[in-house]
Amino acid sequence: MTSVAAPDRTGKTEAATPAKPVKQGMSRKHREWLAAALFILPDGLGLLLFVGIPMVLSVVLSLFQVSGFGTYEWVGLANYERMFQDPMFWESMRLTGIYVVVLVPVLFCVSLGLGLLMKQKLPGTSFYRTALFLPYMISLAVVGLLWKFMLDEQLGVVNKSLRGLGMEGEPWLGKPELALFTLIAIMVWVMMGYYMIIFLAGLQDIPKEYYDAARIDGAGPWAQFRSITWPLLRPTSFFVLIMSTVAALTGGLDLIFTMTKGGPANGTSLIIYYIYTQAFGFGEYGYASAMGTFLVLIMVLLAGVIFKVTKSGRFDDGQ
Amino acid sequence: MASENATALRKQRAGRGGLIALAILASVITIFPFLWMVTSSFKTRATVNDGKLIPTDFTFSNFEYIFSGSDFGRYLLNSFFVSVVITVVALFFHSMCAYALARLRFPGREKIFTMVFATLLITAPVVLIPLFMVVRELGLLNSYGGLIIPAIFNAFGIFLLRQFYLGFPRELEEAAIVDGCNHWRVYWSIVLPMSRPVLSALAIFFFLANWNAFVWPLVVTTDPDLQVIQTALAQFATQTTSNYNYILAGTMIAAIPMIAIFFTFQRQIVDSVKTSGLK
Repeated sequence: MTSVAAPDRTGKTEAATPAKPVKQGMSRKHREWLAAALFILPDGLGLLLFVGIPMVLSVVLSLFQVSGFGTYEWVGLANYERMFQDPMFWESMRLTGIYVVVLVPVLFCVSLGLGLLMKQKLPGTSFYRTALFLPYMISLAVVGLLWKFMLDEQLGVVNKSLRGLGMEGEPWLGKPELALFTLIAIMVWVMMGYYMIIFLAGLQDIPKEYYDAARIDGAGPWAQFRSITWPLLRPTSFFVLIMSTVAALTGGLDLIFTMTKGGPANGTSLIIYYIYTQAFGFGEYGYASAMGTFLVLIMVLLAGVIFKVTKSGRFDDGQ
Repeated sequence: MASENATALRKQRAGRGGLIALAILASVITIFPFLWMVTSSFKTRATVNDGKLIPTDFTFSNFEYIFSGSDFGRYLLNSFFVSVVITVVALFFHSMCAYALARLRFPGREKIFTMVFATLLITAPVVLIPLFMVVRELGLLNSYGGLIIPAIFNAFGIFLLRQFYLGFPRELEEAAIVDGCNHWRVYWSIVLPMSRPVLSALAIFFFLANWNAFVWPLVVTTDPDLQVIQTALAQFATQTTSNYNYILAGTMIAAIPMIAIFFTFQRQIVDSVKTSGLK
């Protein structure tokens, strides 16, 4: 390719005179096109093969009954009919609903609170920030096993400490309802440091002068929060809500695997876990794909709602 | 007036004290489990559940066991190899693609970028099943290729790098082109060296994400020799049920590289979380 460099140089010297030079071989414009195509090719092919095609395939697969290894039978919408009549599907959706509706707002409030706390420039802030961010660095498999150890009903340190304080220990992972909330609490513990940093970045972007002006006008901390922080933080809030909703709907498989395996009594069988077991436990790839497609639909709907509620993350005064 | 000011000051100070207490409490809640993991991994089978932070019989035997009685050395190497290859190849491909999307002029550029961007919304668990089918058709099940290749491609890195390249001074490449460099030379000897900071920040993230990956390795491999540390750990925990002294030694081994990376590159990590969020 270096051989075509020479005409380019002559092209430049000629361009000094007003007359447009006639390029030899490929023109500079076309060489730029070719370079762009070659630069994009590896990632373009990879994204097509491992993201684009699977996305389309997910919808197509949901219309087939896949049996054993590699035999596909067209069944139309039968997988979707089965889904709507499957009590376990609805139970998984109900649990996922509770999980998302509790996890997302709690995570939002805790992270925002921590972000505000870190902005106070308290002594030792960098230590708190480090400590709070640490769980996010660790794999959910490790987190799950570690908490399972600490939450053991008889021998775990959590119940031992509670008993030491004269309270009663709880079967944190032993009762269906409680186990779901235990998972939510652990998820908040894992994610809050990450969203705290995101909120902190948003908070630091708000010009200090606004607060100074509000203080001169006699606005207290709450009034400042409501009239300055909250509206100006909207882009950040939007981002956090979208990200955490998607994470809540589709993540956490690792945690369920290491902590509960969907139990007890299917109490933590969230939809993503149910889809996984149908596909890779029972080989029901078609049925699992139908549920996966349904889940994508739900995600798109929720994203739409969040867009509306947060006005697409824009400020009131446009921009 | 003076006394009023003093009360206000005292109130403010008490408020700050409360906030500090809150921050310390939150930090303890996040650090304590890890402290508990570290000390418990040095306890014996008999004392692992004794409820004490400091081990009474300090022992290394748990670590000896997981490396000799189980194949944790191999799992660590697998994780390391897979994560490094994914990170290096992904950064190379993504920077090329991002450079073209940011700096080269060609028809359909915005359309291609929109398509790349759209794939950001497709999260991995949702396409897990069809992805598995594609990888099976390609004959990549139970292979390093199956672990590595599908994990390379994600639009997140392209997106961030494109943002970075959009801010490059145009004169730099113009001058190089005029000097007779072709686009590859411009990319290789000007753009790539200049993107070292952003590439190293992304490298930390890619390595982290792939070291911690669980679901895809679980789906794509059944061969015991191909297990990465996370899936091996989960299986090991299922087999050893309540022998938590061994399990915790395993979690330590899986977590230590991440903790080390975090404490070494803390600034870059926190900074790139900030920018990845919004800008």
